[in-house]
Amino acid sequence: MNEETGTLIRDGVPSILNPFDELAVEAAIQLKEKHGGEVTIVTMGPPQAKDALLKALAMGGDKAVHLTDRAFAGADTWATALTLAEYIKTMEFDLVICGKQAIDGDTAQVGPELAELLSVPQICYVRKIDISEDGKQVITHRETDEGYEVVRAKLPVLLTATKGLNEPRLPNIMGIMKAKQKPFEEVNIEKLGTDPDRLGLKGSPTQVRKVFPPEKKKGGIKIDAENPAAAAKQLVEFLTKKGAI
Amino acid sequence: MGLLYDRDTCTGCMLCPKACNFDAIEKDGDKVKFDLDKCVLCGSCEEVCPVDAIKIERKKIDSAEIAKYKDVWTFCETSDGRLRSVALELVTKGRELADTLGEKLTAVLIGNNIENHAQTLIHHGADRVLVVDAKIFADYTTDAYTIAMTSLIASRKPSVVLYGATNNGRDLAPRIAARLGLGLTADCTGLEIDEARQLIQTRPAFGGNIMAEIISPYTRPQMATVRPNVFKPGEPDSSRPGEIEKVNIEVSPVQVRTRVLEKVSEAVEGMKSVEEADVIVCSGRGIKDPANLELPKQLAKLLDAAIGGSRPIVDLGWLPPSQQVGQSGRTVCPKLYIALGISGQIQHLAGMSSSDFVVAINKDPDAPIFSVADFGIVGDIFTVLPEVIAEVKRVLDSR
Ligand SMILES: Cc1cc2nc3c(=O)[nH]c(=O)nc-3n(C[C@H](O)[C@H](O)[C@H](O)COP(=O)(O)OP(=O)(O)OC[C@H]3O[C@@H](n4cnc5c(N)ncnc54)[C@H](O)[C@@H]3O)c2cc1C
Repeated sequence: MNEETGTLIRDGVPSILNPFDELAVEAAIQLKEKHGGEVTIVTMGPPQAKDALLKALAMGGDKAVHLTDRAFAGADTWATALTLAEYIKTMEFDLVICGKQAIDGDTAQVGPELAELLSVPQICYVRKIDISEDGKQVITHRETDEGYEVVRAKLPVLLTATKGLNEPRLPNIMGIMKAKQKPFEEVNIEKLGTDPDRLGLKGSPTQVRKVFPPEKKKGGIKIDAENPAAAAKQLVEFLTKKGAI
Repeated sequence: MGLLYDRDTCTGCMLCPKACNFDAIEKDGDKVKFDLDKCVLCGSCEEVCPVDAIKIERKKIDSAEIAKYKDVWTFCETSDGRLRSVALELVTKGRELADTLGEKLTAVLIGNNIENHAQTLIHHGADRVLVVDAKIFADYTTDAYTIAMTSLIASRKPSVVLYGATNNGRDLAPRIAARLGLGLTADCTGLEIDEARQLIQTRPAFGGNIMAEIISPYTRPQMATVRPNVFKPGEPDSSRPGEIEKVNIEVSPVQVRTRVLEKVSEAVEGMKSVEEADVIVCSGRGIKDPANLELPKQLAKLLDAAIGGSRPIVDLGWLPPSQQVGQSGRTVCPKLYIALGISGQIQHLAGMSSSDFVVAINKDPDAPIFSVADFGIVGDIFTVLPEVIAEVKRVLDSR
């Protein structure tokens, strides 16, 4: 942790493909296997994020794009979404599939923010993806607080993937060997051509003011259940007194 | 900040005048023109333009500009006409923040036939309720709700906007933040106002191992989603006065690009929701076998409690996902939480540690769950629990 900026120091920390992103990569590959097309894997991150990209290529992605530059560091969700959007805008796409959230910040904000910056509709937390017969629409099961809803939209669309969408495949040896031969593009700030003031820490509307360990609650009464009936009696008495029963 | 219009790129499709809720765009020959006195920069025209002929530039704002933003707002979600419980939690917390700032609290209610909830929100602390009620808002859609919220926010300039961190709240808030170029903090568990009148947004990160305080110094409003069941709703006061304002926001069907075809509830018959129960009996891996869940079920029945589970037993399919308590499940704050054979890892604690009263039964005296338990029994659930059930029965029968 960088004490001054409250941001994470990701240097030297190994990068993994996070579990929700694995679902997204798997979904993209399955759609390609069924309907054709091309799967491009895009990430923004420090140099070691290359490992995650290689894994996605080994699973079956066709090419990878690594947005990496000191100027992108310290980005909050908005600045991250903007960096991704600036690149993805230059591509032609039918679907952008993101993991629901990362496992460090777990904000689930980059997907919807990216959809807005790309001016495409979003369907978040999908567990099932189908493409209509004419290939023009996507029909999804979107997780809700009560269960799920069936949501349809015309392509292009951005989706975020959640648990239950699929079982991500493990890359095999062939896949791993082929991954190294696949097109791999590194994009820095010059190549992206965006004003550096809008990106990274400088371009982030939110700032971390302070980080601290969570408060530790102290335990209360603790008894041994040598005599289970007595322990049960003590507990129920206590709960009755507290008005909990 | 300003609106840039590229007349040469414009194709004269006339979608933008229809998308504008402020009468700021009118036909001008075969193209359009903008009345910048009326424009509030809500971004609806930019989003609907198929050729990117409209661009809104948003920049950091200075302190003079910041001072123009006033009042605390809460987005109060409904689901099939029902007000979600998080709405009352937000209004209660919002009231506190508004009082600290010496400003007003506005609740925003969007949906179809939902006006009846406005009084409830006033009784819980809102000074004003903005009601946006129309057929197009019957189902939650990102597009329609974003247009409603951005139109309201851009024209009325609140300083704080809070949303519940529900599936819909976490879908909506970032879309609004991106359209208006605002900072947004996810899933907050603490909110305060500091001496500079800024909103301090506290949230857990890294699976609850670190807490972070986040501010949005250069953008207004300051926006946050708030984890349900962390702040408690206050008692309603039916004598509280408040104003209900109906606002008409036009959204044309072409602006709503997703369509909800069907809603499916996965609530399990006879299984109480952990989010709404006063008492939860929660089992962990210590229960060993799904057949053993009979014991906690018996206790739950006596106490009119919901049945909960830690992640491993939900992953094993012993209980449905709706019953999982913890960071990647539901956050709960019942009056009584009974943890059976749960070790109490930080991700589990993240979902239940604000319960009023915690009881734990675990055979490992060093299990971390004891550090949050008000009453702990070190022992085997299979010998202790039957005794507890018998004792509860006896006490209830004697009443
Ligand atoms: C990103 C992330 C998110 C997560 N989200 C969640 C979440 O939402 N919810 C969640 O619960 N976990 C979550 N976890 C998992 C969490 O870290 C723990 O692995 C999990 O909570 C452990 O479940 P448990 O306590 O049931 O099992 P264990 O840790 O295996 O504990 C079992 C306990 O039962 C006790 N026991 C065994 N037999 C008996 C007996 N006969 N009588 C009494 N006691 C007995 C043992 O002493 C032990 O303490 C998450 C993890 C990660 C990394």
